[in-house]
Amino acid sequence: MSSKQSRPAIAATGLRKSFGDQVVLDGLDLDVRRGTVFALLGANGAGKTTTVKILSTLISADAGAAQVAGHDLAGEPDAVRAAIGVTGQFSAVDNLITGEENLLLMADLHHLGRGERRRRAAQLLDRFDLTDAARKPASTYSGGMRRRLDLAMTLVGNPQVIFLDEPTTGLDPRSRRNMWQIIRDLVADGVTIFLTTQYLEEADELADRIAVLDHGRLVAEGTADELKRRIPGGHVRLRFADPQGLDAAMSVLGQVSRDDDALALRVPSDGSLRALKTLIGRLDDWAIEVDELSVHTPDLDDVFLALTANPTDEKVTTP
Amino acid sequence: MSTHVLPGPAPVGLRFHPLRDSATMLRRNLRHMLRYPSMTVTLVGMPIVFLLLFVYVFGGTLGAGLGGGSGGRAEYANYVVPAIILMTVTATVQGTAISVAMDMTEGVIARFRTMHIARVSVLTGHVLGSVIQAMISLAIVVGVALLIGVRPTAGLGAWLATAGFLMVVAFALVWLAVALGQVSKSVETASNLPMPLVLLPFLSSGFVPSESLPAGLRWFAEHQPFTPIIETLRGLLMNTPLGNDAWLALGWCAVIALGGYLWSKKLFNREFSR
Repeated sequence: MSSKQSRPAIAATGLRKSFGDQVVLDGLDLDVRRGTVFALLGANGAGKTTTVKILSTLISADAGAAQVAGHDLAGEPDAVRAAIGVTGQFSAVDNLITGEENLLLMADLHHLGRGERRRRAAQLLDRFDLTDAARKPASTYSGGMRRRLDLAMTLVGNPQVIFLDEPTTGLDPRSRRNMWQIIRDLVADGVTIFLTTQYLEEADELADRIAVLDHGRLVAEGTADELKRRIPGGHVRLRFADPQGLDAAMSVLGQVSRDDDALALRVPSDGSLRALKTLIGRLDDWAIEVDELSVHTPDLDDVFLALTANPTDEKVTTP
Repeated sequence: MSTHVLPGPAPVGLRFHPLRDSATMLRRNLRHMLRYPSMTVTLVGMPIVFLLLFVYVFGGTLGAGLGGGSGGRAEYANYVVPAIILMTVTATVQGTAISVAMDMTEGVIARFRTMHIARVSVLTGHVLGSVIQAMISLAIVVGVALLIGVRPTAGLGAWLATAGFLMVVAFALVWLAVALGQVSKSVETASNLPMPLVLLPFLSSGFVPSESLPAGLRWFAEHQPFTPIIETLRGLLMNTPLGNDAWLALGWCAVIALGGYLWSKKLFNREFSR
């Protein structure tokens, strides 16, 4: 049992799930603090959606245990359902009725009062910029509108923990940014968000913590910066005022790559404070003047590819 | 009970409200029917076409074969109407299977499953909606039958008993259809699976007396559930003695309803394979 004072929003240990002889989740541990955005990052088929389905009570795990919003998934699924909201990869709206009717349906299922249900629906339509389309069937909505309606429906019940399974997959850039802003606003309201995505940029933009899922296992977890620091490819770029400075630095620093045209050196570095201190110290010792210094950490794409690269495996699993 | 409820929005009570949720789901299904009436129209059209076909095309000949006093088209119309009424129910039920299958392929069902609602309400919404739809279709078909000269001898009490009996029959077959809609992997399958229900009235005493059938078929006709249902309808509408048929029919309905309910519930609570 957790001995922490502040209980996590989601805590899972050793989740396993297989479909037939295909192992989809192979011992997954998760710890998501309340009021944060947690991003589960992975390629198609890594097990992201399966994780969401297990944590949202749609399917049960073969092994392992999990608590969501303080309730045991296996023992109190009803309490879990009362505390969560799920917006899936394939939007969970009723296409045959209008956007407003979808929201009223949710309000009715949450047993809101007569006046309250109308007020809540109107408020959410307004917040998600759907008021003009409120009386149109959901089947006529664009991808972005449908995703917004989907999320609005999830919010009718004031969930404490929201699962967003690839909320921006298939959206155009504007709709995606729009959705990001909506997600930021939600976190500001104090809810916990469990996000799955295959877009590194999205995890970088939104998440407090990121876990990288590959073939059913977590291969890395941390903040975006921590993850970037973990892999090679980071460097410090030094620019000099004149070729003499460049030459002097080159002789001091040794293993560097040189760009004569730009009067710049590229020094491999993990970008940590300690490494920078050492570097600056050495330049100082030799009284080398540096015109400009910039730290380049690898972006999450580098991280992702480095962490999940497994070319031989890929050949095997490609049908 | 949990002792560590998180602070935050007012916690939703953990009590279930199956009646309220079922009413909500019923409204949803009725709204679907009103918004997309073409399926309802198709489903009520089929028994009417069969009624006209059997009365005006085959009625003269088949009526002569009934061997009754007057014989002929008018008598056959009276004879065939219970079977047409039952076909109205089976056609509605085919629609139920289709709309359940459509629902299951939509993401919104996954949403319902992750919500704190009385789960069975998703199914009861379909059941109640379909029973209402069946009763409306039946009123239309019976209206057409009366227009073309079918003359039941039933009094008010018998008419009410007929309506009640048909509601029981519809309720039973709809539960079966809800299960069939769920086992179907696609909407196409869902429209084909209830086919036997549509055909069974033909292999009963509905269109011709079962005594006129060859031995094997006759045995089948006399032992399948639709024969006592049709004979009960005939008895109620034409004021003929009911015998054991009413009890047999109600027994079959109870078995079908219970089986359909249990099967449906099991199917709904199974996990998504993926």
